[in-house]
Amino acid sequence: MSTTNTTGDSKDAITGSDVKISCRSVWKVYGDNADAKFQALSKHHTNANPLRQSLIDEGLIVAAADVSFDVRAGEIFIIMGLSGSGKSTMVRCLSRLVEPTSGEVLLDGEDLLSANDKELIKIRRHRMGMVFQNFGLMPHLTVLENIGFPLKLQGRSSQDRQARAKEVIKLVGLAGREDSFPRELSGGQQQRVGIARSLAVEPDVWLLDEPFSALDPLIRRQMQDEFLRLQSLLNKTIVFITHDFLEALRLADRIAIMKDGQLVQVGTPTELVLNPVNDYVAEFTKDVPRDRVITVGELAIDAANENLSKQLPEGTPTINGGTTLDSVMPLFESHPHGVSVEHKGENLGVVTPAMVIKALAQQQQPA
Amino acid sequence: MSSNTASRYSFWIWPPLLAVCALMIWFAPSVSWLRTPPASWSLPVVDITNQVTDVFVGFAKPFFRAIGELFAYPMEALQSLLQWLPWPATVAIFTAFAWVAAGWKLSLFTVFALMYMVVTGYWAPSMNTLGTVLISVPLALAIGFGLAVITYSSPKVNRIVQPMLDFMQTVPTFAYLIPIMLLFGFGPVVGVIASAIYACPPMVRNMIVGLQQVPADIIESGRMSGATPAQLFWQVRVPNAMSTIMVGVNQATMAALSMVIIAAIIGSSADIGWEVLNQMRKARFGESLIAGLVIALFAMVLDRISLGFSDRSRAVARQHASVLVRSAPWAIALSVVVLCVAFAPQITWFSVWPEGWVFYPADSINAALQYVTKEYADFMKGIKNSALFYFLLPIRIGFVKAISPFSWGFALEPWMMHAYALGAGVLSLLGAWRFSWRIAVGVIIIATILWFGMTGIPWAVFILVVSTLAWQVAGVRVGLMSLFAWLFMVVTGIWDQAMVSVAMCLAAVLVCLLLGGALGVWASRSDRVSSFIRPINDTLQSMPLFVILIPFLMFFQIGEFTSFLAIIAYAIVPCIRYTEHGLRNVPETTVEAAVAMGSTPRQLLWNVKLPLALPQIMLGLNQCVMFALAMLVITALVGSKGLGQSVYIALSNSNAGQGLVAGFGMAFIAIVADRILQGWSLTRQKELGLV
Ligand SMILES: Nc1ncnc2c1ncn2[C@@H]1O[C@H](COP(=O)(O)OP(=O)(O)OP(=O)(O)O)[C@@H](O)[C@H]1O
Ligand SMILES: [Mg+2]
Repeated sequence: MSTTNTTGDSKDAITGSDVKISCRSVWKVYGDNADAKFQALSKHHTNANPLRQSLIDEGLIVAAADVSFDVRAGEIFIIMGLSGSGKSTMVRCLSRLVEPTSGEVLLDGEDLLSANDKELIKIRRHRMGMVFQNFGLMPHLTVLENIGFPLKLQGRSSQDRQARAKEVIKLVGLAGREDSFPRELSGGQQQRVGIARSLAVEPDVWLLDEPFSALDPLIRRQMQDEFLRLQSLLNKTIVFITHDFLEALRLADRIAIMKDGQLVQVGTPTELVLNPVNDYVAEFTKDVPRDRVITVGELAIDAANENLSKQLPEGTPTINGGTTLDSVMPLFESHPHGVSVEHKGENLGVVTPAMVIKALAQQQQPA
Repeated sequence: MSSNTASRYSFWIWPPLLAVCALMIWFAPSVSWLRTPPASWSLPVVDITNQVTDVFVGFAKPFFRAIGELFAYPMEALQSLLQWLPWPATVAIFTAFAWVAAGWKLSLFTVFALMYMVVTGYWAPSMNTLGTVLISVPLALAIGFGLAVITYSSPKVNRIVQPMLDFMQTVPTFAYLIPIMLLFGFGPVVGVIASAIYACPPMVRNMIVGLQQVPADIIESGRMSGATPAQLFWQVRVPNAMSTIMVGVNQATMAALSMVIIAAIIGSSADIGWEVLNQMRKARFGESLIAGLVIALFAMVLDRISLGFSDRSRAVARQHASVLVRSAPWAIALSVVVLCVAFAPQITWFSVWPEGWVFYPADSINAALQYVTKEYADFMKGIKNSALFYFLLPIRIGFVKAISPFSWGFALEPWMMHAYALGAGVLSLLGAWRFSWRIAVGVIIIATILWFGMTGIPWAVFILVVSTLAWQVAGVRVGLMSLFAWLFMVVTGIWDQAMVSVAMCLAAVLVCLLLGGALGVWASRSDRVSSFIRPINDTLQSMPLFVILIPFLMFFQIGEFTSFLAIIAYAIVPCIRYTEHGLRNVPETTVEAAVAMGSTPRQLLWNVKLPLALPQIMLGLNQCVMFALAMLVITALVGSKGLGQSVYIALSNSNAGQGLVAGFGMAFIAIVADRILQGWSLTRQKELGLV
């Protein structure tokens, strides 16, 4: 999942797993009489684009327009986009903090939008956790109480709450700060509390709205590592919003890019970097260090050539196809002829220094 | 300066309007209905109100009397408890509260303040007042809290309640008392009820604001934690709004105290408000000062303690402290109470402060006062008369009547009138040429007011000009509101009193604006001045109104000038505060840019800071007007005229109709002034691109 990953699965290896959350043509329109106007106008348009345009012409704000995507169980699904592109709106539609104007949201195949208030509260209490950009901590509660807050709302006993809260506190590395108040903590520590709180109820869906954006770069990096560590322990289904493409690269299994309420492209980081569907996506990936995105697997497939691999000397290492180029390059110092690549026991071929240089040089040119 | 930036101001209304006004002024001497609204126009509002009130009171009185009884029990019980409790015990309890709320400084001050009550022999009436306050505050808080919850959860109710709160806060305190008195009868319970009602609005207001201001992400995180609507309200919104709610508690407490003191006017119970009022009426100034100080100290202690509880950082510190530290003040207070009660039979001065130990320097104060007033009689008379002749009278009755050989030393000649008119015309043209037509219109209006006086201007002229002005600066709705409000005065026959009140208010507000503005500018430039003025402002602001009268009464006796000074003393506070705040909050970058362009400090103030701070200053002015009107009513006690006096007279005659009409009149003036000034501030802010 990250640059140091040389043995795990490749980024797009999860295909075929179960779908956990499914969004089907979700619309969210803000403004006076938005619902009625949407109903009326949607009768006249069968296509999303003209509908969106006529809603805007009516003076409405279209925060999400015909957004569809699936999130698979255990996946880290990242939503990216410029400010105001509708990311928060989408993630709030998933939790129904915002009521979609139209469309379907399925959680484990059940229609979330038809759940009544009681069922919704139950779902939020047991199956969903959410982390907020500005932490959303209760300033009048201590760290321990903040983390135990969702459990308190469920009516769990005080002992029970404390025990569970202490567990998660340890998990996020805040042991010893139980009795502090949020304002006495640094931003990073506050967000750890937010994370711990969202995990206290052991949800299987974890929603994070720009959880690290309010933190400075160094802390952010630390928190990302922490996040990956947690995910490797907990294996949640994650929808994660960020502004920062590098952050998305480090964390994502798949990335969805939004613009003006519309979903522009969904794919693995490599797909986005190598095949952006338009200039908007290309702009996002422009400054990305390609050696950290392109994997040897993708190059090796091009070079699966009998002649080449036979020429490799004895003792050539075999590496996983999911490894990114930047972590292969140091190997070339002792293996100037290249390395061989395999994926799930299948031999993919070889990668040579020349191929890597060529790939990097080629990718620098505009798509 | 920038006549073209705001499209709402339109020049073309003014020439015809002013022409019509000029005609009316011209014909006023010969057409009587232009001078005073004819009696045949007036509606029998007062009579109808009285009849309705009579019927209602006759029918509902038993019910309300029963409620009164209901509150009388706990109040009397509390009062006897407080009387019975040895004073060191009470002092200890208060000190513990002060300690917990704000630390040792406040607890020291509390000991001092309560000891003052003990030593001057005012302990018993003070405890009676405290008993009333301790019943009415929780009552007000409970009602306010409930009302806020209902209002908050229903937008429909909110639409009804908000304007009612506006209204309740502007109806003068005396006017409240009349219907309450009719329903509940005389006696201390009236104080409880009146103050509970009067203290409600600030509680409701602050609580609603607090609830609305809870950040969206905290609400969302509450919802995502799986809160039910009730849990969301009680466990997320209310705790997060707590510091604002506590501000409401503070304001409600102060309002309740203020009303309890004022209710003494009808209560004649043995509380400290009655004591002060009684001494004031007998013109015993030393005594009223000593007793007034009790109220002042009371107000300060209650204010600081309740503010202390709203301070979040202290709340956090409290939560952090160990159990031992947290319970120490209570444990100490409790042991003092137990010891005092146990030893009270042996040590009698615990219960009753001996006569011989009482320190009551009224005679020396009176002697000193007499010496000063005699020694500086001419000087003080000089001040008083100049303010009256050259400022207050012209605004009220105009130069045309104020200038006489007795006051100005010469009689008004026709040529003076022509010179004045010429001067005003030239000034107006100059204003139009140098600045804008708005200045020109302003000059004409001001010159006319000063010449004829508020009471001398034909009523229709006043209504037309003010309502047009309201419309121009704050929109059609405010214009219509103004029209309605002034017509109310006309048809209810309170026009003359209303104009007297407006004149007094205008005069005081002008002084507040200039003096307060200057002080505010000074405070914004010097931290030392600022930190010197702030506690004075805080204290003035938390003072029950009629305590403020005492010092001025001592030096200038009963009369208009005393009211004038008392109004200024109270209403100047917001002018100082908002000016300082506005100036200090001008964006740093703007100031730097101006300095970089080479502006001198004076240019910086006049061309950059003041224009940018103007909206804030306007809000200060708005508050100032509200405060001035509130005080104006109270000054009826020291002989000011106008609507306040009407209410006061109605109160002593139990004339509900007259009291309510005059009270509403006062409220209408306040609301119209408020909307005009707020509208103006908003327009300015839009012009400056601040909103
Ligand atoms: N309650 C609301 N009422 C009206 N418009 C709204 C509301 N909430 C969001 N919007 C609008 O919907 C659009 C999408 O907002 P959203 O918060 O989803 O953007 P975002 O991608 O999360 O942006 P950011 O990166 O700044 O958080 C914006 O144009 C926003 O102004
Ligand atoms: Mg957002």
